Amino acid sequence: MTDKDQYKVHNEPFYQVQSNEVALYQAAYAARLPVMVKGPTGCGKSRFIEYMAWKLDKPLITVACNEDMTASDLVGRYLLDANGTRWLDGPLTTAARIGAICYLDEIVEARQDTTVVIHPLTDHRRTLPLDKKGELLAAHPDFQLVISYNPGYQNLMKDLKQSTKQRFTAFEFDYPEAQLETAIVAKETGMDEAMTAKLVKIGTAARNLKGHGLDEGISTRLLVYAATLIKGGVTPRDACRMALVRPITDDADIRDTLDHAIDAVFA
Amino acid sequence: MAEASTEYEHPLMKVYREQLNCGFPQVRDVFDDCMAEALSILSKEGVDAYLEAAGFLCRMGHGAEPVLAFLEKWPAVAEAVGEAALAPVMDGIRTMYKSPNGKAILPFLQTLAAAARRLRSAEQMQCYLDLILNFMARTTGSIHGIHQTFPSPGLPEFFRQIPLLLGQLSINGLKNWVEYGVRNYGDHPERQEDYFRLQSSDSRAVIQRERSGTLLIDHERKLDLYLRGLWRDSDHFVPYSLHFDILRKPVPYYDQLGIRLPDVYDDFAVPGSPLSISGLDRYRAVLAHIVGHKRWTTAVFADNLSPFQRMAVELLEDSRVEALAIREYPGLRRLFQALHPVPAESACDPKTASCLRHRLTMLSRAILDPAHSYKNPDIIEFAKRFHDLMAQGESGTQEMVDLAVAFGAKTRLQSDQLPNIHFPDTVVDYRDDNRQMWKFIEEGDEEEAFDQDRKVELTEELKGLPPRHYPEWDYTSQTYRPDWVSVYEALHPPGNAADIDRLLAKNDALAKRLKRLLDLLKPQDKVRIRYQEEGSELDLDVALRSLIDFKGGAMPDPRINMSHKTSGRDIAVMLLLDLSESLNEKVAGSEQTILELSQEAVSLLAWAIDQLGDPFAIGGFHSNTRHDVRYLHIKGYSEKWDDDVKGRLAAMDAQYSTRMGAAMRHAAHYLENQKADKKLMLILTDGEPADVDTKDGRTLIEDARRAVKELDTKGIYAYCINLDPKADEYVSDIFGKQYTVIDNIQRLPERLPELFMALTK
Ligand SMILES: Nc1ncnc2c1ncn2[C@@H]1O[C@H](COP(=O)(O)OP(=O)(O)OP(=O)(O)O)[C@@H](O)[C@H]1O
Ligand SMILES: [Mg+2]
Repeated sequence: MTDKDQYKVHNEPFYQVQSNEVALYQAAYAARLPVMVKGPTGCGKSRFIEYMAWKLDKPLITVACNEDMTASDLVGRYLLDANGTRWLDGPLTTAARIGAICYLDEIVEARQDTTVVIHPLTDHRRTLPLDKKGELLAAHPDFQLVISYNPGYQNLMKDLKQSTKQRFTAFEFDYPEAQLETAIVAKETGMDEAMTAKLVKIGTAARNLKGHGLDEGISTRLLVYAATLIKGGVTPRDACRMALVRPITDDADIRDTLDHAIDAVFA
Repeated sequence: MAEASTEYEHPLMKVYREQLNCGFPQVRDVFDDCMAEALSILSKEGVDAYLEAAGFLCRMGHGAEPVLAFLEKWPAVAEAVGEAALAPVMDGIRTMYKSPNGKAILPFLQTLAAAARRLRSAEQMQCYLDLILNFMARTTGSIHGIHQTFPSPGLPEFFRQIPLLLGQLSINGLKNWVEYGVRNYGDHPERQEDYFRLQSSDSRAVIQRERSGTLLIDHERKLDLYLRGLWRDSDHFVPYSLHFDILRKPVPYYDQLGIRLPDVYDDFAVPGSPLSISGLDRYRAVLAHIVGHKRWTTAVFADNLSPFQRMAVELLEDSRVEALAIREYPGLRRLFQALHPVPAESACDPKTASCLRHRLTMLSRAILDPAHSYKNPDIIEFAKRFHDLMAQGESGTQEMVDLAVAFGAKTRLQSDQLPNIHFPDTVVDYRDDNRQMWKFIEEGDEEEAFDQDRKVELTEELKGLPPRHYPEWDYTSQTYRPDWVSVYEALHPPGNAADIDRLLAKNDALAKRLKRLLDLLKPQDKVRIRYQEEGSELDLDVALRSLIDFKGGAMPDPRINMSHKTSGRDIAVMLLLDLSESLNEKVAGSEQTILELSQEAVSLLAWAIDQLGDPFAIGGFHSNTRHDVRYLHIKGYSEKWDDDVKGRLAAMDAQYSTRMGAAMRHAAHYLENQKADKKLMLILTDGEPADVDTKDGRTLIEDARRAVKELDTKGIYAYCINLDPKADEYVSDIFGKQYTVIDNIQRLPERLPELFMALTK
């Protein structure tokens, strides 16, 4: 039997509550409804789930999905060993067995067939067929499925199927409003709020340009990076150029405008 | 005015008059005034030369106008470039006189003073004269090879435009501009005339190219990004020229039509400092100031204030909005300080001049610059009172009125009324004219309510298929209005397919680049999928590796098979084009209309999709009320990308309005029937849904939003490419996140195919 405890989140992760999302998540969990967290990159989706797992005191198994991932990578497979073959559960199966929250990060990245295996787990059946093993696994009562999804990719190929979407309740995340975000970055990095407020201001300027040459604004994650660099002794201007502007754009006009914003923010 | 001669005349004037010896009565009328001016500027020899030259012009046989122009203008010319310029100028005139170009002498003289003020030196004047003579020699009489018989067609026009030209071009730029005209239209009189009259588009284009400084049109996108990014604002930019109006320089301002900005800014050298502010930053300073007013100024009544008081109020309000803007972006202080003049405290003498402007500008400077060096106690006191008010919050326009009135009362001087106003260093040129700041009690409500519905009539030309009816979403009742809209589908009229081939050839370089990207997207005939537990073939490499691992006692990878898959792409595309009236507008900074650019872009996209082999269709739409939505068939799924299709695309035409929802529903029924994994509908539009019979702008937006939802449930992914820079207000309401706004429409031809590839890769 897998050790549940190793999947537990032992220390309280720092998560800045934005609205009533904690209560809503608790309600969804109580009913064991599958959850989808939507939102732009680096806005705190993963952090939220980690925090909820801690709060509910449930194990959390996170799977970062990628293009090469197949259904077997999630469900499990037979392995060869000296005595023949041995079945090894995949992370999804493990989560269903031990009653963990299974967080499939960026599910759209995975191959199409992977999304299908989660279907029976997400409706009233709450089962996972392990075809190769000939087992129909009934999910543990504590099991819950969570997927994350960034609708901002604007890519037809990376859109979830309606039949998948409609199996989840959804939380829509966005970058926190300025004051909250200032507090988040300050708390996360130990940087003073006067400085983090400036970083947030530059972030806001970039987010205002979304759809005008920027696909995504500057994420909270990047703001955390910039603050970290500044703490490490890099000058604010350099840190901002390096952590906030250069990563997000190759468009000269936008780069110029954001560089100007940096100059305008730091007198 | 024959009796003028009977009046008393100074004996010296009489001598000069005789020396001139010119009998035109008009000359007699102005002679004294001209001489008075000449005497104050010219040396004694200069006066003699002046009269001699005038005498020549008088007897030249071109009437009184040339000599009049000369007498009036020469002193000013001499003042600007020195009186020694007379000899070369007269040489030039004699050359014109001897050529068939005598008619050009008058416009030359009439604009000479304006030219001299721009040229500013004898050397520059000489360059100008050389340029003219060269121009003349090369455009005179060369028509049909008959030597020196016909005057230069362009020369007189050229002189008429010279103040404007020199306002925008350096003498070198002017030379290049002339050179272009002479070279290209040397033997084409009408077109030469048009070119030098600034009537032809290339003429203006060459001016733009030769112009120095930062041009608004080159930086509009950056400024738009600046407004959006830093101020969450956006507006139209309307350029004005600083050079059309040399006497009264126009000042930036804003109104319902947009923000008026100079069309060009030179870099600004900060006096007494090695610092220089780029033209782009000067524009940003103007925008920051104007946004400040938009955010924080509330109009106040002007009626009870004197003009002086208003001036003071405007100035303090300017300072207030800037202080608030600096609070948002502290870096602005550096910019404003660099651009704001620093009037020297003792520059204005209250005994001889009105110092009000000077005083106010000092106050403004003192407020802006904490390190100012003014000693005047009033300036110091009021700067402090200003900061005290601001320390409590944002203050307000009315508080500035009170402060301004108090300042006026405290510092009033008798001499403020003097007509001689001290101007130097009192113009803050990044500030607007504050017209939005005032309201007037007596002003009536002049809002005109005009209703100009287009007549609802069905045009006859629609033949062929009977209409299809579609519902429309009524958001007020949250219900559909059944069969509300009639869509008529017709084949798009044909045009010349070669036009499209020409467009494609023009974009050859771009096509080459796209081709490389396309090759990456192209479905390989067979794709090998490795690392499969079950598959059609054993993947030997992997199998061997696994076996070695196994033999070595390590965990072998069981994914030792591979399989093949054909073509990863299974996408059907519908390209839906908004063909409404507004596409006929010219794109800023370009000679092309939005329609022309769209045509170019769509041709490239169609070519690209065709290369990829994805099935695709093209339709266009416009509407004239709900009874008459037209869907123009340009390409069907079963048609090839051939001359018929290109011909229809070439004939693309824009008219009427944009009833988007109905067009999307209609296009969707074609896309729906396609067998494909993914279905993509691209909607190319330049504005929001609207139609003449729908007053409430929200209705058609909500309907289009509904249509997007309907498409989604049918498995169709709708994506909007919007060319309206103001699209933010509605496009996300309709398309959620599935849209892009293309600000720089000129780049549409490359952006559209790129976008398509990004969406489907
Ligand atoms: N509400 C929040 N409370 C605490 N930290 C936050 C919060 N929001 C964002 N962060 C910070 O932002 C970083 C990025 O967040 P996270 O990794 O959760 O992003 P994400 O939304 O999962 O991004 P992606 O889609 O790229 O995976 C975190 O490491 C954390 O520093
Ligand atoms: Mg994450």
